[in-house]
Amino acid sequence: MIPLSWYLTFAAILFCIGLYGVLVRKNAIAILMSIELMLNSVIINLISFWRYRAPEGISGQAFAIVVFAVAAAEVSVGLALIISIYRRRKSVVAEDMNLMKW
Amino acid sequence: MNFISDPVAFIADLLAKLLFRIGLSQIQVTVVSEFIGAFLLGVFGFSLVIFTIWLERKLYGRIQDRIGPNRVGPWGIFQTFPDMIKIFTKEYITPVGADKIVYNLAPILSVSAVLLTWAVIPFAPTIVGTDLNVGVIYLMAVGSIGALGIILAGWSSNNKYSLIGAFRAVAQVVSYEVPMILALLIPVLLGQSMGVNSLVYAQKVWFIFLAPVAAFIFFTSCMAETGRAPFDLLEAESEIVAGYQTEYSGLKFGMFYVGEFLHAFTISALVATLFLGGWRGPWAQQVPILGVAWFFMKTFLVYFVVVLIRISMPRLRIDQMLNFNWKFLTPLALVMLIVTAFVEKGFLLISPDLGLTDSALPWVRAGVHLFSNLVVVLITIQILKSHRIKAVRVVAKPRPVAVAPEPPASVIS
Amino acid sequence: MTAQQIIFLVVAAVTLIAGISVVTSRNLIHSALWLILTLAGVAVFYVLLNAGFFAVIQVVVYIGAIAILFIFAVMLTRRVMQDTGPQSNSYWWLGALIALLLFAGIALIFTNWQGFKALPPVMLDQSGKLVQLGLSLVSPDKYLLPFELASVLLVAGMIGAIYVAGEKKQ
Repeated sequence: MIPLSWYLTFAAILFCIGLYGVLVRKNAIAILMSIELMLNSVIINLISFWRYRAPEGISGQAFAIVVFAVAAAEVSVGLALIISIYRRRKSVVAEDMNLMKW
Repeated sequence: MNFISDPVAFIADLLAKLLFRIGLSQIQVTVVSEFIGAFLLGVFGFSLVIFTIWLERKLYGRIQDRIGPNRVGPWGIFQTFPDMIKIFTKEYITPVGADKIVYNLAPILSVSAVLLTWAVIPFAPTIVGTDLNVGVIYLMAVGSIGALGIILAGWSSNNKYSLIGAFRAVAQVVSYEVPMILALLIPVLLGQSMGVNSLVYAQKVWFIFLAPVAAFIFFTSCMAETGRAPFDLLEAESEIVAGYQTEYSGLKFGMFYVGEFLHAFTISALVATLFLGGWRGPWAQQVPILGVAWFFMKTFLVYFVVVLIRISMPRLRIDQMLNFNWKFLTPLALVMLIVTAFVEKGFLLISPDLGLTDSALPWVRAGVHLFSNLVVVLITIQILKSHRIKAVRVVAKPRPVAVAPEPPASVIS
Repeated sequence: MTAQQIIFLVVAAVTLIAGISVVTSRNLIHSALWLILTLAGVAVFYVLLNAGFFAVIQVVVYIGAIAILFIFAVMLTRRVMQDTGPQSNSYWWLGALIALLLFAGIALIFTNWQGFKALPPVMLDQSGKLVQLGLSLVSPDKYLLPFELASVLLVAGMIGAIYVAGEKKQ
């Protein structure tokens, strides 16, 4: 039997790895990949809480389905924006997208 | 259990007893027997390819009014073995600058995507790799791994034409997944389960009679996924050398080749399972081996249709293909899904009032669904007719009569 | 150590190593491939958690669509085929520190919660969850509203992505 702590610890480590990627990577697409890691860890958390706390109900799974949909929509819009910026500025380095900095 | 009614469990039991006698623990016995089962399934898939390659070449020959291979063995049935030996012994030429790990991974992904599909197809009521309760979506999932293999092959070859070929191929494969999954949802709706074996159990009347439009959409999308003609732009030799397979030689190309043939056979098996009733036939449930025979008969029938279409239709352009998908197949699949859902719900509401016997109920249901399909087909044909390119009547301008040009003034005087 | 625990540890190790390789790999396509391995590992976890439907949905949506989208985006936004220069900006130590602090904070919160080391309760009806999920997503007194909002979000995302990334005709 696998205790709940294993799943939660794993999800926390994955989330922190994703956070490190978001803060540290230069390429905007790599930042989006790290956001995907974070979203995956969130869904793991949701499903393990569903399984361990309320497996008779279905709220955990419905919540996770909505998070899947949100992740897919966010990735597609994010990548479309990055491609559009690349066409204009010929660069996908996040530091170069600084027109609106103060 | 005896051998007749449950052959796989009988053999697995014998194997487990043998392994226990050697002295393995329960878990190890389970793992070993499952590995052996998976291995046998994979070997079976590959050995089917040997037969289907021969079958396809003979069919090509006969339809093209020639004999086909007939030298190696009677009727040329051993022809595939010299071809295999030739492909094994060719040299591997890795292009300069290719990403070696990705370059070698791509054909493996392509082939495994096809082999994994065989895990959920039921050959008989009790002979099935694994009876997942989400088998239909599992089929979609492993189909999308094939698209991944294509793009990795195209990118890692360090070749512009491979990359462009891979882009077009992935555009086609990913686009045709949409009507495929929509058409897959219609048998799920009619059979009320997502497990493939449960869908075969639910087909007292074959689903091709309940949902012929869905069968057509599924069949067409699967042929486009595989890259069979008329959708074979993925590897059209006259257009883009060999597309994403250009830089592959030897066994790596052989794996792509085998994967494509196995994929064509797999989609025949899928259409036969989901729409033609799979292993259903007289006495199939009492004697599972007979179920295997019915299954293969239906699969070969569909495969014959696939080869027939491949050999008789010209190739579509990429924009024609994508237009066909997004402007025709996807709206049609969506409309069919909604119509089928409404008709099914209406039939469930009305059927207690009709007072039908238990044996006539599936047939009346089939008739109602068939009628709704026919209505949708007629409406579709009307819409297509109204979009026809209209002939333009050109009223010609009066043509000038040919006259000699005036000589320039300087010549006269 | 039961078989499930061994499988969990092996898959967790593979997934975490792949996750670290995603954020530290120099070649962006290799990052995308490591991401695919991570997503596949997470799909195995869904199977371990008796949520098989989510495992196949993970493969279809994430590996079959989002990962291919990432690979396409990487291929369309590079001038040459190789990557140049370091892939991390100069504050990588600060990012690592923040990630470690966050992990410590999460661990602290969890260890003070008494349900943390719970074992899974017995789940009786393992196969009926699919029907229950489908019904709950379309029942007005259950989760119909989030479902419809998610579909509106997807349509908006689709239209937005097509418009933003499409070529403007001159």
